[in-house]
Amino acid sequence: MKKLIDYTKILRSKNAGPLFITFDLIFNTKEDMEYVEKRLRKEEIARVYDVKENAIDIISYGVVNSIKITFPRKNISGSLEDSDIYGCQQHMPLANILI
Amino acid sequence: MKIVALNGLLGYGYSEEALNLAFSEKVDYLGVDAGSTDPGPYYLGSGKSFTDRGAVKRDLTLALPKALEHKAPFIIGTAGGAGSELHVRWLKDILLEIATEEKLSFKLGTVLSDVRTEYVLEKLDGGKMIDMSSEFPADRSAIKDSVRIVSQVGIAPIIELLKKGADVIICGRACDTAIYAAPCIYEGFNEGLSFHMAKIMECGAMCSEPVAAADVMQGYIYDEYFELRPANPVRRCTVDRVAAHTLYEQSNPYLIYEPDGVCDLTNSRFEQVDERTVRVSGSVFREAEEKTLKLEGVKCSGFRTICPATIYDSETVKNIDLIIKTVTDFVKENTQNTLPKDSYTINFKLSGGVDSSLGIIMDIVGKTQEIADTVCALARSRMLHCDYDGRKSTAGNLAFPFSPSDIHVGEVYEFSVFHLVKVDSLLETAQITTEVVGK
Repeated sequence: MKKLIDYTKILRSKNAGPLFITFDLIFNTKEDMEYVEKRLRKEEIARVYDVKENAIDIISYGVVNSIKITFPRKNISGSLEDSDIYGCQQHMPLANILI
Repeated sequence: MKIVALNGLLGYGYSEEALNLAFSEKVDYLGVDAGSTDPGPYYLGSGKSFTDRGAVKRDLTLALPKALEHKAPFIIGTAGGAGSELHVRWLKDILLEIATEEKLSFKLGTVLSDVRTEYVLEKLDGGKMIDMSSEFPADRSAIKDSVRIVSQVGIAPIIELLKKGADVIICGRACDTAIYAAPCIYEGFNEGLSFHMAKIMECGAMCSEPVAAADVMQGYIYDEYFELRPANPVRRCTVDRVAAHTLYEQSNPYLIYEPDGVCDLTNSRFEQVDERTVRVSGSVFREAEEKTLKLEGVKCSGFRTICPATIYDSETVKNIDLIIKTVTDFVKENTQNTLPKDSYTINFKLSGGVDSSLGIIMDIVGKTQEIADTVCALARSRMLHCDYDGRKSTAGNLAFPFSPSDIHVGEVYEFSVFHLVKVDSLLETAQITTEVVGK
């Protein structure tokens, strides 16, 4: 078992507009991408981010060996409870998921 | 046809040499994106720009004479960062200043895209408002409380101004893609290719190596494909960079949603033409049956006072939940007879803290600045001296980096509207004007 981040070349989070957060996982090889794709579970993402499983979208983008994960932000960008306006520091719970 | 993107955001700078190189051959259109919702709701609310006036003026002063000399219409999208009427006026003022200083004359086209509260309420009542996120449903009172609402226009108003012969176009809130897709579609190029190229170009040289939002990108569109090549010779476009670009800040890498329809990249092909150039083909546009515009609105939520501090004592850090509860209860009790109900919120924004020091920002938003000040002062003093079992560092819990410890941040805005509305015409929110500048 390794941390998810250790399989990736790039692992980042960012707003996709103020209402959504999106994560890009880019891999060095197609094999790494497919290995993670088969094992990464929505259930686990839902748990570490405390979001509903059915709100999570996972899309593979094979052109550049990547997987995209998107779900609605619970605290939208700039709301009084928000602590990350751009959403670019939300990736660590995902990065630490064991695969 | 050749189209040039000045950079990824007006005011972020670019290499002057790259601009000169881009204009060493015939340029048909020049574009630049000037806005984003990334920096949050404040700028739309306050009417201020998040880019610096001096930096914006520099970027325009170099580019404007070149565009006019080449008779390349210069399209600026989402003026002033948030694209309201106030932001358009701010940018227009800079342009007029440059025109006077450089003795330039041109036909200026302007698109305003602000909408009235009544317009949005009509859409809501008519069942023409669509939620984008389940976490953010359309809300009547939030719409009514909005201080400013803008619509994100697409290519339609820009094409109207190109038809009218505008040399320079300042657009209020606009889709980033519209800046570059509008001239391509106006000239009759394939819509799928036009939108795909526009989506990549709106970030400047972000799709190149070394990556840079702050540099010039060149797009060449043909009947069957388009090509991208950075103007700066130190950069190159690669298939990976160009293909990966539609991952960035998008919820779906295959689909680019536009007011007019959707651009589908499922069958897009990417080829390396030479060391610095990538060719793209196969992108397809599907017109939507129902046209939509995205609305962005903000409301004023009050006034903010913050107090930043650090806890270095590991025992204090361990007791932070108890301390926060004590402070919150204390503030509530001590203000219940003096402050109106629901006149403030406190959020403790924490960073670090597991086996390390803990950064805290006490974040208070009050109905007035005075209320925020009062609550912040109570919270700060209570937290400084809050007791817990086994406390040894009894002189104080907080390291304050500043005197004064409490800081006025001023008015606070939150998004109140971020929804799609169904429209009869993609021009229904746009106010288009032209005027001659100079001479």
